[in-house]
Amino acid sequence: MPVTRGFHRRRPEPERGRLPPGQYDTGASWPVLSAEATPQKPEESWTFSIDGLVESPHTWTWQELHAVPGSTYFGDIHCVTTWSKFDMTFSGVSVDDLLDVAKPDPAAAYVLAHSVTGYTTNLPLADVTGGKAWVVWSVDGKPLPRQHGGPLRLLVPHLYFWKSAKWLSRLELMTEDRPGFWEQNGYHDRGDPWREQRYQGDD
Amino acid sequence: MAAWSDGRIIEKDQPTPTTVRLRLHVDDRPHHLPGQHYILRLRAPDGYTAQRSYSLASDSDDPLLELLVERQPDGEVSEFLADVAEVGDVLELRGPIGRWFVWDTKSRVLCLVGGTGVVPAVAMARTARRLGRTDLLRIAAMGRSRDELAYASELERYGATLAFTRADVDGRTAGPFTAAELTPLLEGVDLGYVCGSARFASYAEDLLVACGLDPGAIRVERFGPTGD
Repeated sequence: MPVTRGFHRRRPEPERGRLPPGQYDTGASWPVLSAEATPQKPEESWTFSIDGLVESPHTWTWQELHAVPGSTYFGDIHCVTTWSKFDMTFSGVSVDDLLDVAKPDPAAAYVLAHSVTGYTTNLPLADVTGGKAWVVWSVDGKPLPRQHGGPLRLLVPHLYFWKSAKWLSRLELMTEDRPGFWEQNGYHDRGDPWREQRYQGDD
Repeated sequence: MAAWSDGRIIEKDQPTPTTVRLRLHVDDRPHHLPGQHYILRLRAPDGYTAQRSYSLASDSDDPLLELLVERQPDGEVSEFLADVAEVGDVLELRGPIGRWFVWDTKSRVLCLVGGTGVVPAVAMARTARRLGRTDLLRIAAMGRSRDELAYASELERYGATLAFTRADVDGRTAGPFTAAELTPLLEGVDLGYVCGSARFASYAEDLLVACGLDPGAIRVERFGPTGD
């Protein structure tokens, strides 16, 4: 590919191995991206469910979720629009602990995350188990702002951030993969930033 | 999804003090829908690349692709495009992208857009005009002042309603759109399209809902930092 005449790196070179290909460090800012209107449903009436291919479909109230032993992620996030943000702290509960209650059927292989807005995103079950995914309500010690998906969002930081559904209401377990909102609109089914899986057709 | 291709800058100008408009030629460019965007990639001699998404202002029938770039303070890409890139330079482009924030040219829609968020509305207006379906598309665009709102004259000729937050114009006191101004524009509308900064988008969503539009009928494209 040709070099762009007159273009040079202006940002300092990031720590080696930290920035996936095609990404830049957004620094202190945290861009907001969403495709739909921000829901105003109050947090005290929020519920979260796991259903579909599970032995015991379960719904947690806002208070019940907070009674689950907490879990925190500290690390980086990567948005498909090319910004990455380093050293974020998100707190909530591990998806593993919630799945332990719902007991996935052995045939379950994929998850569709649902938002109260109707937004959906699909993920392999293996990408939300084994300590790789959280359901979170706080960031950097403060309640997660509405514009960033508060009061409750999915967090799957090893994949592009559209997989971390904002305003999360439900995880549906499935045998077959079923494309979610952006995935139907041309984005990748898995979305691994290190393999630069941005769009359908990327490796 | 399209592969990367080369785009040659054919025209470059500065519609407002903080924006530059680029018109580029791409060989064998695919058809696009109004509201779609392209990714532009820059490549340094050391192999470093930077890429950003830009909405198209051009209609698919336009021989060139038209992008509007807003200069960001210390913006690695936007300042390069504003200050260094010249007519004749070749940039890498990939697109068109997006199937959500697009107008199907059949629904009755209102675009409520602010600042450089006017760009997809401009593409929709150009397409509506080509198809003779300007009856389906209404536009309400907001800027600080006429001189600071890109495409203000074109939007006005289209019949868009404009609001300026920092300037009194034709008897309208400076300020954002009010519900009273917007409600008549929503009559018979199937979908609302909101495009602008995160702050603008929050305001616009709330206003559309306050004017009676179903939140599920609002499509949003936001950009830029939150400022908090």
